[in-house]
Amino acid sequence: MYKTNDLILRTTASLIAFILLGFAVYLLLAGHNSPGGGFVGGLMTAGAILLMNMSYGFKEVRKVLPINYVKLIPAGLAIAVGTGIGSFLFQQPFLSQTYGYFHFPIFGEIELATAMIFDLGVYLTVVGVMMTIILSIANDTE
Amino acid sequence: MIFAVLIPLLIACFIPALSKLKEKIHTGIFVFFIPFLIFLYFVTFIGNDFTPIMEHYNWIPSLGINFDLYLDGLSLLFVLLISGIGSLVVLYSIYYLDKSERLGHFYVYLLMFMSAMLGVVLSDNIFVLYTFWELTSISSFLLIGYWHFKDRSRYGALKSMLITVFGGLSMLGGFILLYVVTGTTSIQQMITQVDFILDSNYLPLILGLLLLGAFTKSAQFPFHIWLPDAMEAPTPVSAYLHSATMVKAGLFLVARFSPIFSGYEAFFIIVSVFGIATLCWGAYMSVRQTDLKAILAFSTISQLGMIMAMLGFGTKAAVFAAVFHILNHATFKGSLFMVAGIVDHETGTRDIRKLGGLATLMPITATLAMFGTFSMAGVPLPFLNGYYSKELFFDASLGLGADFWSQTIPFLAVLGSIFTFVYSMYLFFGTFTGKKHLDKLPKKPHEASIGMLISPIILVVGVITIGLFPNMVNSSFLQHAATAINSSVTYKDVTFWHGFIPPFKMSLAVVGLGTVLFLTRKKWRGVYQVLPGKVSFNHVYDSILNRIGQVSNRITNYYMTGSLRTYMSLILGTMLIVSFLFMFLTDGFAFSTNELADISFIEVAVVGIMIIAAIATIYMNHNVAAILVVGVVGFGVAILFVIYRAPDIALTQLVIETITVALFLLCFYHLPKLRKSSDTPRTKLMNAIISIGFGTLITLVAISSHSSRWFESIANYFVENSKPLGGGYNIVNVILVDFRGLDTLFEIAVLGIAALAIVGLIKYKKNKEAE
Repeated sequence: MYKTNDLILRTTASLIAFILLGFAVYLLLAGHNSPGGGFVGGLMTAGAILLMNMSYGFKEVRKVLPINYVKLIPAGLAIAVGTGIGSFLFQQPFLSQTYGYFHFPIFGEIELATAMIFDLGVYLTVVGVMMTIILSIANDTE
Repeated sequence: MIFAVLIPLLIACFIPALSKLKEKIHTGIFVFFIPFLIFLYFVTFIGNDFTPIMEHYNWIPSLGINFDLYLDGLSLLFVLLISGIGSLVVLYSIYYLDKSERLGHFYVYLLMFMSAMLGVVLSDNIFVLYTFWELTSISSFLLIGYWHFKDRSRYGALKSMLITVFGGLSMLGGFILLYVVTGTTSIQQMITQVDFILDSNYLPLILGLLLLGAFTKSAQFPFHIWLPDAMEAPTPVSAYLHSATMVKAGLFLVARFSPIFSGYEAFFIIVSVFGIATLCWGAYMSVRQTDLKAILAFSTISQLGMIMAMLGFGTKAAVFAAVFHILNHATFKGSLFMVAGIVDHETGTRDIRKLGGLATLMPITATLAMFGTFSMAGVPLPFLNGYYSKELFFDASLGLGADFWSQTIPFLAVLGSIFTFVYSMYLFFGTFTGKKHLDKLPKKPHEASIGMLISPIILVVGVITIGLFPNMVNSSFLQHAATAINSSVTYKDVTFWHGFIPPFKMSLAVVGLGTVLFLTRKKWRGVYQVLPGKVSFNHVYDSILNRIGQVSNRITNYYMTGSLRTYMSLILGTMLIVSFLFMFLTDGFAFSTNELADISFIEVAVVGIMIIAAIATIYMNHNVAAILVVGVVGFGVAILFVIYRAPDIALTQLVIETITVALFLLCFYHLPKLRKSSDTPRTKLMNAIISIGFGTLITLVAISSHSSRWFESIANYFVENSKPLGGGYNIVNVILVDFRGLDTLFEIAVLGIAALAIVGLIKYKKNKEAE
């Protein structure tokens, strides 16, 4: 075995990962009005974490991000189904979405849509799925 | 009446509980009362002023399937036989079956059978009739296989099941056609619509299918082969099912539908020909047997053939004789089976070669056997009922017509009867007279217990009573049954002595020639080497069964190779052929250049690169190379999405493609090495044809569907309502999360399941060697 010197990789990777994560959040939030959405956002997030994993190794990343990705899957699904069931409270059919404009102190007037919560569910599920698949295959020692 | 049909089934539910008491009380004692009460109930209907009764019970009214029961003279005859002989058989079985047997099973099956049989003869609805018909097949299957630890029992049960169910299914086809033609499911209403049926084009088919059902059930030539093998059942079962009741279900069916087919000549010809053939073949083969029950089985076949022939003659005298013989045969054949059972029970063998000289040891049994066999042979004595019906049979066979074939029938009838006489004598004298071989017998023979003798005694008393006073049963009972078959039958006086008329001469000839043949039987036994010789219908049955197994095995092995590649080419090939045929036949391919957009240089370039990459994939020799080249195609698609202004999809495609390639690289170690294809040129050619064909097909279908747009797309609705209803400018995303949110919900569910499945595959693999 020899020890690799991947200083440049690691330095750039952390930088790029943060840019990627930021971009992913942007994609998630901007999805309603411009290209993007929960799916691409989730994939991009998974891509960022994958990059961290590749440059720092799985152990290190697990220390920094102690997330059990498998649990993200049911959590995301629950949020998505929850927005559907939520519409029953207002006596609407399953998965009815609505939106409205609200005034906030710093941001000013902002459009908020219930579809956003659904997209969040999609986002969490996709991150969970992608990371689960990658980690289980990568950590398979057989 | 409905209770009579259903009570045995109801009681059968309690038998398993009652059979737990069998150490104290034999289960048969509880069972005995059921058929006996049913018998008493139906006896009250007998009388000169009997009129048919119809009862309605709704079952599935919307399909016209109702539980309609119809009791006329014919059903009454059968109902009395079933319940009467049923009680005697249960009584007999109490002494025949040891308490160590599984009595619960036996009586449950027997009661099921009794119910089914009562249902068959009482149903007026064809579909209810069919239901009970199949129930008789099933319960008979269970009874034949009662001693399921014996190979022969299982073989016999399976054989009878296959043959009778084959017939039953054909009969169902006939019933359905009858229903289609007449529009009613009631037999009595069909009889009023005879003209419709006789005018129908389906008539030959209906007749053939119904007769197939009747012939298989009643063991007519050449479907008789299951009956001798059914003799593996316990003797009470043989006595009940295979002599008195179930095998007569086919006769019942023919008799029941006689009024419908009476205007159709083929019916009479087919039924008579098969009946006569069965009569002769059964009697002929019976002489050859060495097992008591096998002799009786072939004898049953032959007697059933005789009754069938009489039903086929269809004249007044013949129908009356048929009904009379149904009753007579049930009495003497039932008693003979019981006698055979007693001999088996007391000596331990049924092989007639080992038996002999039992008359002095078992005098009562011998007497009973004598009455039974002599009645079966039709010996002209005034106290044997078999003689009367046989004489009526001869009488009926004489007046059929002047043409050659009708003239041969009396001779065939006499021929069959001669052999009947021979095997009857053989059965009696072979068992009860001659030298004793006590040392060869497994048990030391002695007279049977009185309980076992009661039932055959009652039956033999019946034989003699009917023999002495034939008119007693005729006017009050059989006349109604015959009228139900042929309405023109009127009361006919049966007397012993008609004068020195042709039927009597025929009887004398039978006795005379029969005696000669019986005494010289050792000399002409060699005949059986010539006929049947190598001809055996059992052999045909076995080889058909074998062949079916082999052929289906070969077919399955041919296409179920276990190779996924083969299945894939089968599936794709079938799709190819079916789709192409369909498109050509319906003139489905369309080609129009109307709504085509302009092609830009960049599209051509990207598509060109993708085509090159796709083709190159096939020729890659290394994993990594193949993965990367496939990646080229994926990124090309992403660029195409960009060109076609689908930014969301292009983004997704890009990221997915990246992650997939990463995944492939992760799996790299686990992937098998790409092997050089070892296909023969022929398979390679096939693969090429299928893949090129499939590509062509999809291209043509795509072009055609583009060229034939039948209605406006709904895209405009989304474009217009994305902002007002969904509150977003990104139409794709609004569709995904709002308009069609349900799809997205289930897509992420699919992703979740896939991830969990991968976790399960990798983490929880137990058997690493398993393939």
